[in-house]
Amino acid sequence: MDFAIQIAYIISAILFIYGLKMLGRADTANNGNRVSAAGMLLAIVVTLMTSGLSFGWIIAGLLIGTIIGAFVAIKIQMTEIPEMVALFNGSGGLASLLVGWAEFNKYVSQDANVYHFDAFKLIVIFLAILVGGITFTGSVVAFGKLSGRLPGKPILLPSRQIINIGILVLTLLAGVFIVAMPLSIAAKIFLAVAIIAALILGIMVVIPIGGADMPIVVSLLNSYSGIAASMAGFIIANNVLIVAGALVGASGIILTNIMCKAMNRSLANVLFSGFGSDTAAASGASAQEQGEVKALTPQDAYYMLEAASSVIIVPGYGMAVAQAQHVVKELADILEENGAEVKYAIHPVAGRMPGHMNVLLAEANVPYEQLVEPEDVNPNMEMVDIAIVIGANDVVNPSAKEDENSPLWGMPIIEVDRARTTFILKRSMNPGFSGVQNPLFFKEKSRMIFGDAKATISAMISEFKDAQSD
Amino acid sequence: MILQLFIFVLAIFLGVELIKKVPSQLHTPLMSGSNAISGITIVAAIIAAGIGGPFGKILGMFALIFATINVVGGYMVTDRMLKMFKGKKD
Repeated sequence: MDFAIQIAYIISAILFIYGLKMLGRADTANNGNRVSAAGMLLAIVVTLMTSGLSFGWIIAGLLIGTIIGAFVAIKIQMTEIPEMVALFNGSGGLASLLVGWAEFNKYVSQDANVYHFDAFKLIVIFLAILVGGITFTGSVVAFGKLSGRLPGKPILLPSRQIINIGILVLTLLAGVFIVAMPLSIAAKIFLAVAIIAALILGIMVVIPIGGADMPIVVSLLNSYSGIAASMAGFIIANNVLIVAGALVGASGIILTNIMCKAMNRSLANVLFSGFGSDTAAASGASAQEQGEVKALTPQDAYYMLEAASSVIIVPGYGMAVAQAQHVVKELADILEENGAEVKYAIHPVAGRMPGHMNVLLAEANVPYEQLVEPEDVNPNMEMVDIAIVIGANDVVNPSAKEDENSPLWGMPIIEVDRARTTFILKRSMNPGFSGVQNPLFFKEKSRMIFGDAKATISAMISEFKDAQSD
Repeated sequence: MILQLFIFVLAIFLGVELIKKVPSQLHTPLMSGSNAISGITIVAAIIAAGIGGPFGKILGMFALIFATINVVGGYMVTDRMLKMFKGKKD
């Protein structure tokens, strides 16, 4: 039986590897997820065949978890996906922490006659608790920032690096004590210290990071939760956990790197710079100097769009918030019927997660061929009659190439300021998620259309329809 | 123990190789899908909830609840996302 279980675990690991590989390609991604889910199901089923299990708590845990997980997955809106991924991720981290705790409990209640000291096991128990705890609270803070329950701006405690190093040292000391004297009463206290310190550490490392960088943080924490799962695998000497956890740990780091590159920042800069905390106030003053903005009504916008032959749509988080993806698609269809060429320019980090805009536009059935990347659209920007910026901000901010002192300096942007006319749909003059002021709004060729993106675009659509029925 | 470390290191390198070039529209589904895989800690949670003293088992059950949320929610949300990509190709 044990042999059969081990073979099944190998098959399960193969399914994870194939699934992950397929997830990285557009035409196979959907099946890739199912292949990996099949691997998970196989691993769960054969684990349930382990001899000596009592099923009471297992059935309760599986049932409650399935109901909550399925309910949340079915209920949520597509716009809420980034924060839900963060929450699921935190859930996995917490599970690894609890496994570590339970296994420690098991370790110390061994029969004294057969007890043998196992330093390696104690170390991995400690690491599962540490990494799992950081993943859990870090993900919860990321969830709070992404969903707007916590302020998106970085919260910078004075001398936070010293505090963090202090907590880390305390945690490691607790770890050393747990490994050195696991059976003492004090070890239980130190275990509690380690758990609490890990939880605090997770909060401390994420809270100074701005909301705009949360996607990168979630990706990094995803990697951590993989490492935590690996540690849980070391505890129970189970290879499928070790392999699957390591795969996630490594691929999460690679993905994090790809995302940092898209923003032209280093990971260290994202994690430690408190990006976006001090710039908002400073550039708020210069807003006056940059001149006045030119506002436009949807009616005026209609007249210009009616005459346009080349239109680029640049969506951002504002489109997601306003749930405007369907009306955007409708407007694009009308413009095409009217003879214009319409493209959607998608910045890799637009929205709250990389690929966020692609998911939303796919939901609205926008054809894949109409989506273009910044480097494809920037060279021909002068030929574009109208660029419509819908709730995007930082990814079209020209300071990235004009102002060396700007925090955005060097980030690749969609250069809509070079289009013949730029419409900017926005609710207010507030700066973007990064907190950086945007000189695009004050440019000669820019026109602001204030209001909810969905309402604004619907108004434009009805202008077109009225004109047709006349 | 050494064998397990060996497997761990090799799997890390494999993970790096698997995710080299991924188109940006797949970043979110990939993150969500790999997040579901990290729910594999569910295997350890099952063992913890099924074997050991009463306190350990209760801890194990809570671990199992959270791991199951990670697994079930993670796979279902990823599937929802990817279905939309598939829909437009037809």
